[in-house]
Amino acid sequence: MKKVFGRTRTLRDTHTHYCPGCGHGIAHRLVAEVIDELGIRERTIGIAPVGCAVLAYYYWDLDICEAPHGRPPAVATGMKSVNPKNIVFTYQGDGDLAAIGFNETIHAANRGENITVIFINNAIYGMTGGQMAPTTLCGQVTATTPSGRNAERYGQPIHVAELLGHLPGVTFSSRVALSDIPNIMKTKQAIKKAFQAQMDGKGFSIVEVLSPCPTYWRKTPVEALKFIKKDMTKIFPLGVFKE
Amino acid sequence: MGKVVINPARCKGCKLCIEVCPRNVLVPSSKNNHLGIYVVEPKKVGECTGCSRCAMICPDVAIEVYR
Amino acid sequence: MSKILMCGNEVIGEAAVQAGCRHYFGYPITPQNELTAYMARRMEEVGGVFLQSESELAAINMVLGASACGARAMTSSSSPGISLKQEGISYIAGMELPAVVVNVMRGGPGLGNIAPSQSDYFQAVKGGGHGDYRLIVLAPSCSQELYDLTALAFDLADTYRNPVMILADGMLGQMMEPVTLKKINSKRVKKPWVLTGAKNRPARMLRSLFLEAGALEKHNEKLQEKYRRIKAKEVRCETYNISRAEVIVVAYGSSARLTKAAVKMAEERGIKAGYIKPITLWPFPEEVFINEKDKDKRYLVVEMNEGQMVEDVERCAGDRKRVSFYGHAGGWIPQVEDIFKRIKKLV
Ligand SMILES: Cc1ncc(C[n+]2csc(CCOP(=O)(O)OP(=O)(O)O)c2C)c(N)n1
Ligand code: SF4
Ligand code: SF4
Ligand code: SF4
Ligand SMILES: [Mg+2]
Repeated sequence: MKKVFGRTRTLRDTHTHYCPGCGHGIAHRLVAEVIDELGIRERTIGIAPVGCAVLAYYYWDLDICEAPHGRPPAVATGMKSVNPKNIVFTYQGDGDLAAIGFNETIHAANRGENITVIFINNAIYGMTGGQMAPTTLCGQVTATTPSGRNAERYGQPIHVAELLGHLPGVTFSSRVALSDIPNIMKTKQAIKKAFQAQMDGKGFSIVEVLSPCPTYWRKTPVEALKFIKKDMTKIFPLGVFKE
Repeated sequence: MGKVVINPARCKGCKLCIEVCPRNVLVPSSKNNHLGIYVVEPKKVGECTGCSRCAMICPDVAIEVYR
Repeated sequence: MSKILMCGNEVIGEAAVQAGCRHYFGYPITPQNELTAYMARRMEEVGGVFLQSESELAAINMVLGASACGARAMTSSSSPGISLKQEGISYIAGMELPAVVVNVMRGGPGLGNIAPSQSDYFQAVKGGGHGDYRLIVLAPSCSQELYDLTALAFDLADTYRNPVMILADGMLGQMMEPVTLKKINSKRVKKPWVLTGAKNRPARMLRSLFLEAGALEKHNEKLQEKYRRIKAKEVRCETYNISRAEVIVVAYGSSARLTKAAVKMAEERGIKAGYIKPITLWPFPEEVFINEKDKDKRYLVVEMNEGQMVEDVERCAGDRKRVSFYGHAGGWIPQVEDIFKRIKKLV
């Protein structure tokens, strides 16, 4: 028998600190597989965020740099300006990208920085203990919205993929989900397109990934995937917003 | 005909693989790994088609698939 | 070599270009705008990268990224903008990246005003950002020093993998003064930690996060060991007549210029006066004070603030009663005559 599925080169064979059923693990694998399939590992530099994925540099066998909370797009801008041949990507959560770092995100996107952003939308601040994120759904209970997110107080969840899709500097913006096998496969395709866009020098590419956080959604991993399919995609429609 | 090999050291017992397997090959076992987690193992081994669905959903890349 | 007339902010920019800086990131703020504009122009000429960032936060993080990839990178700002950079500076220090940060100080706190000031001494020398880190802080007091110390800053940053701050003020930045643009022979420091993509070598990581048991303590010890080396080797200071003087004026930057004139005035009137002009504010020239055994000597600290460096002088002089302070904040510039009067009073 032949091996038809195994760990890809760029994904280190190590235990991760993620909770059981966490979407970060799936997303890490997809990014690593895309990098290997495109053959760009040896010129790729990753930027780890502050969030649950802060230790990503232990998991990807790549040159990786840390960035202060929310600042990966600015760090990526600096990096790319030194050697444009490097493939530079950031991996950011919704707190990192859409709250504290939205200014850096919008401006890097608007400048058309030739970088790739993998945006993990899990509708929560995982690392700090399950507080409301800018993407938290209305009514969703979090540590800081004990009666559910109230739109009158906090507004509606932010739609990053659509917002950035409006900017001329953005060449590719898409929202995908880790909710089931077909969508996981679509997620990989989107990530590949985003990296390919950078390789072709086309400008800013972003993939918003709806990703489960079973722990702070207070759900089993199986229920969490159903929640993405049933509830999250209603608020965050999947699709390509710029190509 | 397929075969899955699950690395018990990586399995976190999330059971997503069990959920997506179309042939009900996988089951929770009574075996603990070093983290005290009851790991998943293939039971109806002959049923496996090697479709890789279980591996594609596994957040911990604990599953290798052969066909 | 002939001297040319340039404004101070532009002198800093030219020194950076000559020192091989090809990556500049900045956000407009008075009184350092000439530097940003100069870099915009010069980077085009020399094929470097100039980027006007969306904020000082972004600028310092662009410096972080460029430095992580091996470039000599710089950003500049003035007080309120430097406050915003503190987060990035702390990360850069923790990740041990070289970087040059210029602060052309203005009056504070808050928006303050745009007049020259030295109110950011504490911020520059005692931390500013979070954590046990140190910046090397260089304090130029004339255009020639703006040029020479900026060039030095890049070498120090690379040598020690540490952020270096040029602490200037609005007066130095705006002033037109003749300067010799000497050819700069920059040190070439090997950077075996730079991120380029993991080709034919193990992957590298740059981080300031150390979660493993004891790892952060170890990292901090390593930093402290480096700071001790810097302290041992990089103290710079100019002194004049301190062995014979009864009154020693201590001042840096713009206030040191005026101090020199006041000391001269005192000497002409038969008063034994001298001065200490720290050039590195960190590491502080502690030994000059500690070696001064004559307990009758008086120190007069002149600062364009409400008294910041004076605390370091008191600490090093060992006897607070020997130290007096003359200074004000908010855009005040000391007059030579007034410094002279204070010297006279102390004799
Ligand atoms: C300046 C700053 N503010 C706050 C924090 C605390 N903090 C760490 S991670 C985080 C949010 C993480 O949420 P997200 O970006 O969505 O990532 P996730 O953990 O959900 O993957 C916060 C607020 C910090 N590290 N730095
Ligand atoms: S808290 Fe949520 S996002 Fe963080 S590791 Fe656990 S499941 Fe994943
Ligand atoms: S490869 Fe397919 S059939 Fe075999 S265990 Fe996995 S999901 Fe089930
Ligand atoms: S998906 Fe992976 S981690 Fe989860 S139970 Fe199955 S083998 Fe274990
Ligand atoms: Mg999140």
